[in-house]
Order: sequence, then structure tokens, then C-alpha cells
Amino acid sequence: MTQRATFEAAVKLGLTADEYAHICEIQGGEPTYVELAIYSLMWSEHCSYKHSRPILGRFPTSGPRILQGPGENAGIIDVGDGWAVAMKVESHNHPSAVEPFQGAATGVGGIVRDIFTMGARPCVSMDSLRFGELTAPRQRFLLDGVVGGIAHYGNCLGIPTVGGEIYFEPSYEGNCLVNAMAAGMIRTDGIVRAIASGVGNHVVLIGSRTGRDGIGGASVLASQEFDETLEEKRPSVQVGDPFTEKKLIEACLELIHRKLVVSMQDLGAAGLTSSSSEMASKGAVGLDIHADRVPLREADMEPWEIMISESQERMLAIVTEEQLADVRKVCERWDLDCTVIGQVTDSKMLRIHWHGERVANIPARRLADESPVIRTPSVKPDYIVDEPVAVDDAAYPRPADLGAALAQLLAAPNIASKRWAWEQYDYIVQANTVQIPGSDAAVLRIKDSPRGIAFSNDCNGRHCYLDPYRGAKAAVAEAARNLACAGALPVAVTDCLNFGNPEKGEIYWQFEQAVEGIAEACEALDTPVVSGNVSFYNESFGQAIYPTPMIGMLGVYDDVGVHIDDAFKDEGDVIVLLGAEAGWMDGSEYQKVAYGKVEGRVPDVDLQLEVELQSKLRAAIEARLLKSAHDCAEGGLAVALAECAIASGVSGGAAFADPDAPQARERGAGRWLGAEVDLGSASIVTGAAGRPDLALFGEAPTRAIVTVAPALLRPLEAILDDLPHRVVGRVTGVDLRCTIDGEELFTIPVSEFHRAYESLPQRLA
Amino acid sequence: MNVRVHITPKEGILDPQGATVERALPALGFQGVSGVRIGKFIELAYEPPAGTTAEQARAHIDEMCRKLLANPIIEDFTFELDEG
Amino acid sequence: MPMTAPSPVRFGVVVFPGSNCDADAHHALSTFPDVDVDYLWHKDTDLKGVEAIVLPGGFSYGDYLRCGAIARFSPIMQSVIEFAEAGGLVLGICNGFQILTEAGLLPGALLRNTGLKFVCRYVNLRVDNGETAFTSACDEGDVLRIVVKHNEGNYTADPATLARMKADGQIVLRYVTAAGEQGDGANPNGAVDDIAGVCNQRGNVFGMMPHPENSVEAALAGGAGGRRIFQSMVDTLMAREVAR
Repeated sequence: MTQRATFEAAVKLGLTADEYAHICEIQGGEPTYVELAIYSLMWSEHCSYKHSRPILGRFPTSGPRILQGPGENAGIIDVGDGWAVAMKVESHNHPSAVEPFQGAATGVGGIVRDIFTMGARPCVSMDSLRFGELTAPRQRFLLDGVVGGIAHYGNCLGIPTVGGEIYFEPSYEGNCLVNAMAAGMIRTDGIVRAIASGVGNHVVLIGSRTGRDGIGGASVLASQEFDETLEEKRPSVQVGDPFTEKKLIEACLELIHRKLVVSMQDLGAAGLTSSSSEMASKGAVGLDIHADRVPLREADMEPWEIMISESQERMLAIVTEEQLADVRKVCERWDLDCTVIGQVTDSKMLRIHWHGERVANIPARRLADESPVIRTPSVKPDYIVDEPVAVDDAAYPRPADLGAALAQLLAAPNIASKRWAWEQYDYIVQANTVQIPGSDAAVLRIKDSPRGIAFSNDCNGRHCYLDPYRGAKAAVAEAARNLACAGALPVAVTDCLNFGNPEKGEIYWQFEQAVEGIAEACEALDTPVVSGNVSFYNESFGQAIYPTPMIGMLGVYDDVGVHIDDAFKDEGDVIVLLGAEAGWMDGSEYQKVAYGKVEGRVPDVDLQLEVELQSKLRAAIEARLLKSAHDCAEGGLAVALAECAIASGVSGGAAFADPDAPQARERGAGRWLGAEVDLGSASIVTGAAGRPDLALFGEAPTRAIVTVAPALLRPLEAILDDLPHRVVGRVTGVDLRCTIDGEELFTIPVSEFHRAYESLPQRLA
Repeated sequence: MNVRVHITPKEGILDPQGATVERALPALGFQGVSGVRIGKFIELAYEPPAGTTAEQARAHIDEMCRKLLANPIIEDFTFELDEG
Repeated sequence: MPMTAPSPVRFGVVVFPGSNCDADAHHALSTFPDVDVDYLWHKDTDLKGVEAIVLPGGFSYGDYLRCGAIARFSPIMQSVIEFAEAGGLVLGICNGFQILTEAGLLPGALLRNTGLKFVCRYVNLRVDNGETAFTSACDEGDVLRIVVKHNEGNYTADPATLARMKADGQIVLRYVTAAGEQGDGANPNGAVDDIAGVCNQRGNVFGMMPHPENSVEAALAGGAGGRRIFQSMVDTLMAREVAR
């Protein structure tokens, strides 16, 4: 067991020559095999962030509300009345590409553990998912498995899955993205951190037995691109047991609330290795771990396997001698294994013992903090252009039927209703959900308080591909705008940065640009980054995914009762467009769906205008002036209007909006509200191109559609003041009618658009 | 002794999983498949108290199946055991 | 008319390992005046003198083997069975309904949804028996809008049992459209005869797949369509108390 490991062994584990030399220097000679396995995992990209650490320092991470920034299991934000929200997002891309159901399920399990390990009761789950086009092989299998896995795990835990995103781009065909976000509620004086302390204290392992799940998972799967050996990697995927995790949640929260533990850490990537070394390093103490005391699920496991196993549903706790008996009682009550596997020492070393023999002796701090830092020289890719596309009739012939073009967009998988997915999720357990999936943001109340919280997930990978800086900035702006449309004040960000191989200059350039865009937007919107995750090596056969920096954002309400959704409410209501009018072809869903192209230069976000728009929008909502608000995103103005109309509908069976509302009952089943909208003048709206289709479908940031009762238009305009805005029409019955330059573009019953919008299940049959 | 229990949906009980699999097979090129029923298979090792006859052991296992392993309202079961 | 205020009626919510709607049931009941709620741990046998028992939704024992198959053998269930046989009120919601059928306190069984997927959505329920202890605050024909969220909600029973249940008024709730009609996509899981909730012959044990505890507050997404189920139980218990 104390056999010395050679350089050849290091290479097999994925270490470079420099890294091996560094390890030998720290250890004062060749490391043992157990030591080498531990270093290889802790210094993999997935665990050490060696390519991203130097860049991530650019993020703003502090603020008056921020109780915990990056560096702990989750970020924590004060939301008032003694309550705080713990929030984090994590990727589980590679495991999901191999085994989508279990990959997604264990992704949810892992991120939820990061929340309750700090003492917060998990109360929200949201998932941002990306696949190749549904017509490509395997993609429906992946979508089905991932959504099923999220449902299986999240529903069993009793955590509402209240939102997320699902996108389809050829770029993700070989590398699906599964970004799992979770949040929890905690009293501000009840936060527990993962810091080992107290020499002589016990190290206690709670939860499932340890097997060979994910052996080498982190370094084998997450730090490598996929090639032909994909199928061989299947045995490394972890299988989740949500029943055990539910018991773990109850037991651990009880332990924490009754102050029966000194600290707690969940076992995630790199299992016992990372948990123990991080706890020791943060506490500047040592840990002695007896690997032979770890309860095993499989016979004949070697100590290095035990240390790096990624078996799920396990927690590590530091417990005093006085607390131990009560800890055992709590675990027994919940039928959970509870085993003392080591103790805290003053050696500052992570020592692993195997039947009395010491098989590893590693300086904890150096292991956790001294992984190599690598900055690849960045190279701007050749495909980036500096000019928007010329929208001429040769390259972009005008569509004959604009109504049909709108229906085509509404039916496009990126825009169409994702009801098929979110109706598989329990979005209402815990009795806090105020706004169910399908609107701009998820909204929850806080019990026994007028306050509330809201969440959104946003990123447009295509925009980030065309311009990573502008696209990433826009992702932050859009997340905040979605919260503002629901009436919430954005306060913090958790980010999941999905990129290709960082050893390549072009990918590293994309990463640097995206981080800069996010940082600028977070500074302007005052939403510090409190936690997050980086997922590199999302490439197959040398082809990288679109750079996809996914933004998860938290918003707060002083009074959750002011929240509104995106549905039209009453005939006669005035429709007002807030923000800039011009829409662009570049990178739009219309460009992709109608013309099969992804090209050009996406517009930049005017952050000052964005801040002003969101602030005034929120003020109008808090003054209870607005009936509805909706962000304009993919598909531009026309899609946003159609979505507001579709959301107003009532059907005979399952209701889509609120059929109890008196107006809905009067309208009757199967009836939608429509709109009459005047897009103004084509020349103004779309610049020199003068194209009605761009007025309808062109995309631009910093725009929202709101509706207001006619009597309240004046007070609304008083609040909007000199923010660019225009009355564009009225809510009517039945049809959606658009005109431009006085000419009618189309008049179509909303029921037809509804059919297109709900057509995703047909693509999955 | 080693026990192997087969549990199947009762005749007449709707089996949507079986029906779905039956529909999927032709799409993969397998013709002529019908009557797909999906059930459960349980293996266990049973060490009865000393002096238990083979008949008594069978009766114990039958009771295990009736009480817990299967739901007699909607499932049928059979089992086999070997002294190995 | 009693001179003193009525003493609160006492409910117990059973907690199995894996139950996850127990807190919601507890919270929902706490929104009713004159109601006390307590938790009953699955390993205990003491019912703490409660007058009504709720078996909540969730995934007891992970739904392993069959939904509710293992929970029905908990020590608390022996006490619940005795309580039911003595006429006590027992409400089983979703997983609770599954446990009651496994325990033989209600006829029939719950199978996998015909769509083979978990379904979370609003349904409309028609009250087809407004005389039970769980629907007395409703009139026959009333439509309640409540949330369902389950993977195995497909109620089944053999034809002879169903006929008897119909004759005895044991079919209490059915899935219908907003207009109160069966069919037209109103049934979320394929349950026979659109059955959403049934009671035993005696009428003191009731199981329903939809979740009334998530539909007790008008300001929340679930709405308040479920209040009358709990109100009926409270009214019944109050009447029993006055009669004593």
C-alpha cells in the first residue's frame, strides 16, 4: 500500500510532468500510490479550477447583502427579516452525456447537498439544459433521460423544481449541458461552514455505504474531451438514491439546528479526498482518516478507491466527543449509517491509514490551495466579425406570410412551451410557490413574512458564440430583466460557465471575454457573484460547444404580493413597449429558424439604460400599476406578444392561466385574449433595412412589454418619464393583429398560435 | 437456500409499460412480438430456523410474497428455490 | 349553545421516512381556526389522542418495491388500523392513499400513470358524494380545483368491487373538466371511471390522489380549492364533540 508511484503512473492518472515534479517536491520524494491518486483528482481541472482561477478573480463578489461569497459550499444572501438564501449552480454535463437519467439525477443530488450542508433547507431546484437538435440521433433519448432524472430525484426529495431552460443547438449534440441550480432558506444566525476545528474532534461519515461509483469520475470524465472510448467510461457513472438523501436532509438539518456538529461538508467530486482536505485546509488543522473504517458496499476496495469514490448521499461531519452520542441517536432515528472514521489533529497533514499502516501523508493546505495555475495564451478566433450582417433580399429573402413565420418561430423547440418537461416536476411542494413554471421568473413566498424571492436562469449560447463578451453581458442583463418583469429586485448571481478545451487559445479567449462581460454587468446591476461552477472540456471530436455562461439569479421582494406574470388580463388594456425599438437579425432565433444561419455581430447591452428600465419597471409594479410584464427575448417583439396572449388562455381541461379569475370564467373555456399592435414605421423600427419581419422578429436587449389599464396609463408614463417607450396597441379578444406603416401584416386567432406553441410533444413522439 | 421470485401484473390489469415496449420493438425492426408484460424479479437467500421442513419453508416464502413482495390485488407471483 | 369556546380538534400527520408533504399537510391544517396539529412518527404506536389522522403524500421508503408497500407495516400503521376500525377519521393523500390500499383499509390499488410520466398539474374534481365526513362542506356536483402530482395515481379495482363501491356511494371524487364533465382530457393518469378519491364502506377512511394541502391559500399558485376537504373534517369532528 505504501508502494511508491512512478511518473508512468502519474501520466495514466492524467497528470503532467510539471505537476508530477511539483508533487514530488511537496512530498519530499516519490509519492505513494494513494497520495498520487489523491493529487491527480484534487489537481484535475474539475476540482482545482486551474485554468479558470486566475480569471474568476475579476468577478464582484461582495456587497451589503452578501453573507457568504465564493469559497464555501454555496453563496448566502441576506433577504430580510432574519432570513437568508443559500444558492449555487453546478454542472453535471459529462455524466449526463454518458447516462442521462442518473447523470441528471445525481447532479440534482449533488447541488442539493451543497445547500443543506450549510444548514439551509433546500426550497428551490432549477435546471438549465442544452441538447443537440431533436432530429439528431440520441438527442430525444438524452432529453427524456435528463428530464426524467431531474424529476425522479427532485420530486422524491420534496424540493419544488420551479423553472429552468431547455435549448437545442447543433453545437451541443456531442456534449449536452446539464446545469443544476438549487437554493435553500436559512436563518442568518444558523449558517454552518465547512471548517474543521478542535484537535481531538471526531471525523464522522454519515449516509450511504461507499462503493466504486465514479472512481476517477472527476478526473476521468470532466477533464477530458469525449472520443470513441465514450462507452467504456460508462462504469464510472454514479447512481443516485433520493430516498437516502431525503433522510440525510432531515437528519443533517436536525444536527445543525440542534448545534450537534462543529462543521459539515458534503462528499461530491473526488469524494472523501476533497471534503477532508478542504475542511482541514480551511481550518488550518490536520485530519487522520482510517480508510478501513469506512462502511463499504463492495468487497476488496483499496484505500485509494475508498478515498476517491464518488458514491452519493454521504456527508462528513466534525463532532466533539460530547456531541457524539446525540449524533448517533439522530442518525439511528433516520436509519442512516454513522461511523467515526478519523479525528482532527494539529499536524496540518491529511493522513490516510489502512489497518494501522499510514498510506498517505499530505500537507492539507498545499493539496487544496497549491494546484497549478495555468493561463493559456488567448487567441481571438477568426470567425468573429465586427459588422452586423447586411439583411438584403439575396441572402435573406423576405417571407411571403408573416403570420406563418410567427407560427414557425413559436413552434421552434427553443421557443415552444416546455410544459412537457415541467409538468414532470413537482413545482408546488413546500407550499411556497407563487408563480409556477412558464413565466419569466419563478416566484416563492417566505412563510410568516410579506417577503418573497424569485429566480431566473438565462443564457443565449448563440449570442455568446458570436460575441462572448456581449453575449455574457446580455445573459446577466436578461436574467435581471426577467426578475424585474416579475417585480423582484435582483441581488445576486450564481454562474455556471460551460466552455470547450481551455488549453486552446480560442476557447480561453472566449472564457476571458465572457468573464469580463459578466463582471461588468454584475457591477452595473449590483448583483455580486456569490458562487458558481466552471465546466471545461465540453468538446467532442475536436468540436467545442458554444461558450455558454449560464446565469442563475436571485431576486427579492419586500412584498411578494406585488408580483405579476406575463399574461394579458383584460380587453382594452394598453400595451406599452419599454426600451429600444430596433431589432437585429444577427444571432436571432429568426435567422436560425427561417434562414438556417448563425452569423453577424450581436447588439451590445447599454447597461445604463438597462438599469434605468428595470428600476422604473419595478417601480411601476410596486405601485401596482401594471397588469402584466414580459421580457422580449428569442423571437423578438412578435413572439413576446404572442406569448402574453397565449398565457391568457383558458382551456377546458388543465388550465393554463388562472381559470378562477372572474374575467377568465366570463371568457369561457378555450378562449384567449389577443392584441392589436401597431409596430410603427418600418424605417424607424428597423433602420435602413425597412423590413417588417425584422420589426416583428428582430432581437435586441433591454426591451419589455407591459400592459396597463387605460386609466393608469398616465401615472405609468409619469414613472417612465424619459425612458424610451411607446404605446404599441391594446389587448383585444381572440385575434393577434399586427400592422406597420398603417398596413396590416396579419390577423390570426391566438388559438392557432397556441397550437404551434404547444407542439413540442409532437417532436418527441 | 436460494429463492427466485417472479412477479407479474395480473391478467387483465393494464400494463402501460408493457404496451409501450411492445409498440417500440417493431420500430427497431423486430416483428411478430406480442403480449409484452413487465414484472419484477427478486432474488434472496433464505436461512430458515433449524428443523424447518421443506414444505414449511415454501409456506414461509409464499407468505412473504403475499404479504410484502407482491400485491395480490394487482399481481401474480411464482417462486422457485434450490437448496444450494 | 355551549358557553365556552369549542376546544380545538386535534389532527395527527404521520411521518414516514421519505414522506415529503407532511410539513405541507401540517401547515395547511394550521391555517384553520380551532385546529391543533401534531406529527406522528412512524416508529411510534402512540396516536397522542388525535381525533383525525392524515397520511401525507411523498415517497415513503422511496416508493421502493411498490408505493406504500413497506410503509403499511410501520408500527404506527397498526394503531392507525385500530383507530380506523373504531370509526376514527383517516385521510390518505397521494402516497397516503397508496398506503391505505396496501393496508386493505380502502379497496383497489394505484397503478403507474398510463402516460408513464410523473404529472404535476391542476385538475378539476367533481364531488360525487357530498355526504361524507370529507366532503360535507361541499354540495354534490361542486367542482374543486386542486393540484395533482404523482407517478402512480391510476386507480384500479375489479368490476365487481367497482359496482359495489358505486352502489354504496364510495366513489367520492372524479376528474372532470372545468364545466364538470368527465372526459376531454380531464383525467391525468388513466384511472378507471376517472376516479380521484374513494372512501371505505363505513365512510370514515378516505383516500384521494390530488393534494388538497397544496390548495388552501388563494394567494399561492395552488389556489384554495382544497380548503373544503379539511373544513368538512373539522365540521364533522366539531359535531361529534358537541354530540358528546
